[in-house]
Amino acid sequence: MVSATTSRPLRKQRVRDRAAPPTLERPGVAWAVPGLLFFLVFAVAPMVGVLYLSFTHWDGLNPPQFTGTANWSRFFGDSQVWQSTTVTGLLLIGNIVVQAPVSILLGVWAAGHQRNRAILSAVFFLPLLLSTAATAIMWRQLLDPNFGLPAKFEWLFGSNPMGTQQGAIACLVLVTTWQFVPFHSLLYQGAARSIPHTLYQAASIDGAGRVRQFVHITLPQLRNTMITSTIFMVVGGLTAFDIVLLLTNGGPGTDTAILPFSMYQTAFRTYDYGYASAIASFLLVLATAASVILTKLSGYDKMTSTMEGL
Amino acid sequence: MRTRPNYLAGAAALVWLVIIGVPLYALVNTAVQPQTKYTDKGPVSIPDTVTLDNFRTVVDSGFLQYIWNTVVVAVATVAIVLALAVPISYAVVRGRGWLTKGVFRLFLLGLAIPSQAVIIPLFLIINNLGLYDTLWGIILPTAAFALPVSVLVLSGGMRDISNELYEAMALDGASPARTLLTLVVPMSKSAIATTCVFTALQAWNGFLFPLIMTQSNDKKLVTLGLYNFVSQYAANVPALLAAVLMSAVPILVVYLFARRALVAGLMGAGGK
Repeated sequence: MVSATTSRPLRKQRVRDRAAPPTLERPGVAWAVPGLLFFLVFAVAPMVGVLYLSFTHWDGLNPPQFTGTANWSRFFGDSQVWQSTTVTGLLLIGNIVVQAPVSILLGVWAAGHQRNRAILSAVFFLPLLLSTAATAIMWRQLLDPNFGLPAKFEWLFGSNPMGTQQGAIACLVLVTTWQFVPFHSLLYQGAARSIPHTLYQAASIDGAGRVRQFVHITLPQLRNTMITSTIFMVVGGLTAFDIVLLLTNGGPGTDTAILPFSMYQTAFRTYDYGYASAIASFLLVLATAASVILTKLSGYDKMTSTMEGL
Repeated sequence: MRTRPNYLAGAAALVWLVIIGVPLYALVNTAVQPQTKYTDKGPVSIPDTVTLDNFRTVVDSGFLQYIWNTVVVAVATVAIVLALAVPISYAVVRGRGWLTKGVFRLFLLGLAIPSQAVIIPLFLIINNLGLYDTLWGIILPTAAFALPVSVLVLSGGMRDISNELYEAMALDGASPARTLLTLVVPMSKSAIATTCVFTALQAWNGFLFPLIMTQSNDKKLVTLGLYNFVSQYAANVPALLAAVLMSAVPILVVYLFARRALVAGLMGAGGK
């Protein structure tokens, strides 16, 4: 410090200026309290509550009765639950495998600046204007075997696309892709635009072609966005309740009854809230595990450590 | 640099245009044709008669009330989320100590709570608060579940504000509240816009909370209104799809007037 060599009073003055105000200005944790309380009441307390209820029998009218692990032993012997878990997993994988490459390619393509891209991007955005309920209802009519697209384009859709388990899952993936690729490709478009041009210039001077540039510059630069986008897909996949209810209603049979759907049926259709809470708790465990793994990968939790430098 | 046109990418974009465009065409086309024509020709016919009767059917069934309710829920949810998430993010970014870090970690973890997993106790809480079958019963949980993403986006934006600016504010003797209002909020405008867009879309798209927390017809939101139409108009597909189309009108209006903000808001959510 330069002032160290000058007179003492000046140095003292400087040190106080530098050190004192930042401690004065820092907001305390009190600033977070209202939001924290709100979140605790409406999101965290219910998490604890659902774990507790999973050890009770409760019909929603009489007080819950503690039944120990009865729900859980039933849960582990319930073949429907394992089918639901499998379907949930299949849907999740299907959605990621189909949506991720399409979103990346479209996003990177749309990050260019030609006029036709701007117009097409505006059209590509349109599915985002429809809610999931609206999208599902629209596609249900489009996929109707008697009046919809299959009646005209049987070669493409088959006679009844939602008649088999594979077909129904494929339809769920198709509709989810249709609705959410615009969203994910927007994420990639934003990220691709922020990649420094100098990287591409350096690569083309080195003689790298378009494909090599894409693989060696674009993809690595999009890593964080891939993780963000995957987190959205996983959370979305684990909560894909409305689309299943409205598109396949869990069918054919119970072939597309994903976990949230089974939970909903058990709780609000057969009024077995205790057992439904066990299914819900399992969903909670799956989601938390996925989130922990993905936030570790993303480095989101490292954001807290960058604070130490401030 | 990008002089050579990329034909492959262009062709792929055209394929995607068909995938996006054909269903939208079928939606609009079906919504404006008489029912008899739909059953004859299907959803992708060439329109020769155009009618607005289907929209009249939908309006007469009270659909505008659902749209109004949804607008109320979306606006109230955005207001609550901003009022809570801005101070949280400010404390997380500028505060010190393990408590503020713990708060951030809690919201990070909260990112993954599926609303379905906690709907049963939430239903109980809303009931006990006397909010069952009110719009508040939808607004409060929707806001709570929008908080984690909002805190993530907002704290990301606030982290980009340089330390020197905070120090300058502190040297001028500004309190944390003043710093928040005169420095942090104006500097994180784009993160705030992203939060608004995200929260509004979540409220708009919400299905589970309206399904579980409300019952009466005058408290229905658009998504629930559509769900009921499925059984009500099972045979009248053009009216059903007219309702689907009408349900998108408010967001379409926002899109037409605030396209840049809406798109930029979603684009900014991905992180670099």
